[in-house]
Amino acid sequence: MEQKSLMKRIAAARNHLVLFTILILAATAAAQDWIRTGTGLGVEKIRLAASDFKPATQDPKNTDLLKTFNDTLFNDLDNAGIFDLVSKSFYPLQVPGQPTELKAADWSASPAPNASMLAFGNLGVAADKVTVQGWLYDVKSTSTSPQVLGKQYNDNATAEAVRVIAHKFADEIIFRLGGGIPGIAESKIYFVSKRSGNKEIWAMDYDSANQHAVTHLGTISLSPRISPDGSRLAFSANNKTGWDVTMYSFDLNRIVSFPHFGGMNFSPSWSPDGAKLALSSSRNGYPNIFVIDASGGNPRRLTSGQGPDISPIWNRKTGAQIAFVSGRTGLPQIYTMEADGTNVQRLTDQGYAVSPNWAPNGQFLTFSWMRKYGPGEPGSNDLYLMDIASKQWVQLTHDAGRNDSPCWSPDGRHIVFQSHRTGTDQIFSMLADGTNVKQLTFSGDNSQPDWSWK
Amino acid sequence: MKHPMRRWLTLVFILSAILMVSACKKKTAPPPPPPPPAPPAPTASLSANPDTVEKGQSATLTWQTTNATDVSIDGIGPVEPNGSKSVTPTDSTTYRLIAKGSGGTQDATARVTVNAAAVAPPPQPSLTEQQLFAQNVKDIYFDYDKADIRADQQASLQAGARFLQQHANIRITIEGHCDERGTTEYNLALGTNRADAVKNALVQGGVAGDRIKTISYGKEKPFCNESNESCWQQNRRGHFVYEQ
Repeated sequence: MEQKSLMKRIAAARNHLVLFTILILAATAAAQDWIRTGTGLGVEKIRLAASDFKPATQDPKNTDLLKTFNDTLFNDLDNAGIFDLVSKSFYPLQVPGQPTELKAADWSASPAPNASMLAFGNLGVAADKVTVQGWLYDVKSTSTSPQVLGKQYNDNATAEAVRVIAHKFADEIIFRLGGGIPGIAESKIYFVSKRSGNKEIWAMDYDSANQHAVTHLGTISLSPRISPDGSRLAFSANNKTGWDVTMYSFDLNRIVSFPHFGGMNFSPSWSPDGAKLALSSSRNGYPNIFVIDASGGNPRRLTSGQGPDISPIWNRKTGAQIAFVSGRTGLPQIYTMEADGTNVQRLTDQGYAVSPNWAPNGQFLTFSWMRKYGPGEPGSNDLYLMDIASKQWVQLTHDAGRNDSPCWSPDGRHIVFQSHRTGTDQIFSMLADGTNVKQLTFSGDNSQPDWSWK
Repeated sequence: MKHPMRRWLTLVFILSAILMVSACKKKTAPPPPPPPPAPPAPTASLSANPDTVEKGQSATLTWQTTNATDVSIDGIGPVEPNGSKSVTPTDSTTYRLIAKGSGGTQDATARVTVNAAAVAPPPQPSLTEQQLFAQNVKDIYFDYDKADIRADQQASLQAGARFLQQHANIRITIEGHCDERGTTEYNLALGTNRADAVKNALVQGGVAGDRIKTISYGKEKPFCNESNESCWQQNRRGHFVYEQ
């Protein structure tokens, strides 16, 4: 019973306070590896309470809007992954609507609620306008200025506007308490959905709200990738003569013209400066990786040979490297190369490895891997995280159907992916250590999620 | 507009051909039972064996009827209620048997196809050409995660190449398909290589490359939707589509 333990601590990018602590315990050679990874393992999470906001006016619209606001805010803080969010059942009966009503000792009391921080405030509708006042207080502070944050928002009194306000306030709290990393509450997820009959590109808020179709092409649309500035969406669409990179403009709310290359053109991916796209094109015969300008011009071929080479993805931190998938040696494996096509390195050494995606820090790749694959080896199809420098990897999903198409959130704390664990392909999100899995879609088949860059 | 109409006509033709053939092979179901006093309706069946002959060869027609008093075959005349007869048609012929009885009239048909001996076939209408295409140009199947032509697929490929050489007007699309396993994007790339492999083999077999278009559907348009090897094998293919 030899027991080996390997502990590896990787500091994320210089300005990030996120620490990935990777703990690998290989119990025996034959047994499955036990792996635990975490965002900030060993770092105590801030114990945060978020009391329901109180009505500030007598308007009958307050009730519904308050419910929307409170649910959205609590969910955003819960999703953030950096808080130990105090359950509402521990809260005092009297909650404050503004600082004069706050009794800090009721919130910091041990053993419960034992909060360090409290978010509270009020919401009031008047003449179809809504005003939200929100505060964040350090309830354990003994100083004379325990206020960490005080914000006021005004907008139309609609559920959608109130949801956006809740997201903005949540992001303020997360930014302030999360080491200066912007929150993701206003980010979007683009994905492929077949719920209308054909595979079209859909969009939703990061928390699954507001799901709607972007394209209505009636053919097959795949592999959506949103531009870094969020203004354009590149994807691959089937037409009579093949597959073309297709471009949707959110400024114009329509598909804009893009050159036809001929052949099969798949899996476009943006460079982090938004100036170029990498893609797989068979314009010269076999599917190889090309780079083109974002306008579609100036194609350069980066790989050659029979491949097939597919699924290129730029290092979103440096823009200097491209990861991709190639079947040049048989089953598909993950490779990296410089953005000019030189220095090709193979990262995976066995099985079926596809769908690479760079972490925002530019140091990690996540991908989908059937490590043991082949006749008689059904192998489970799980998501993995690899540290590029050391090629050390950890497994993020376990024993839960086929998992594919991972994509990082802009804050580097979350991963969205598709999973077949419920019997159909659906979109899920999780923290980057594999915990806190949430299902985001339920209707029809949904796949290939892509998280916005901010 | 012409092209879809032609396809539609082809479909109608094939469906009606299927109906005809099945009418020969199976006993025709009796009509709904009439009120008790009415006499029973006649039934009739007619078959040809073999149903395809070379020019100058004979085929045997065999028929059975019930409840019929007056049975005849067009082109042959009155016959016994049950019997068989040898025929030697000069051209492809559809024989029609009519059985009349006090309960009504029932007919049955059987077709004898006559192949012209080794003589260049007369210009075929496109409907027939598409049927011939379907008979001669068979889809090519692949191993898992492979895009090279298997030895056991060479015969199909050679036959397809020969047919396309003899019918130089036909243009085709080769669709590359994959089974459901693995990821969407890689399967699209794999399907691209499969379609290209079939195209390259046809070009080597003497078919002009500009007659052949290729497209990959990856695992997006499966022929079979079950999760087992026989179904997966059905889906790993280069599929030929007749374009003209």
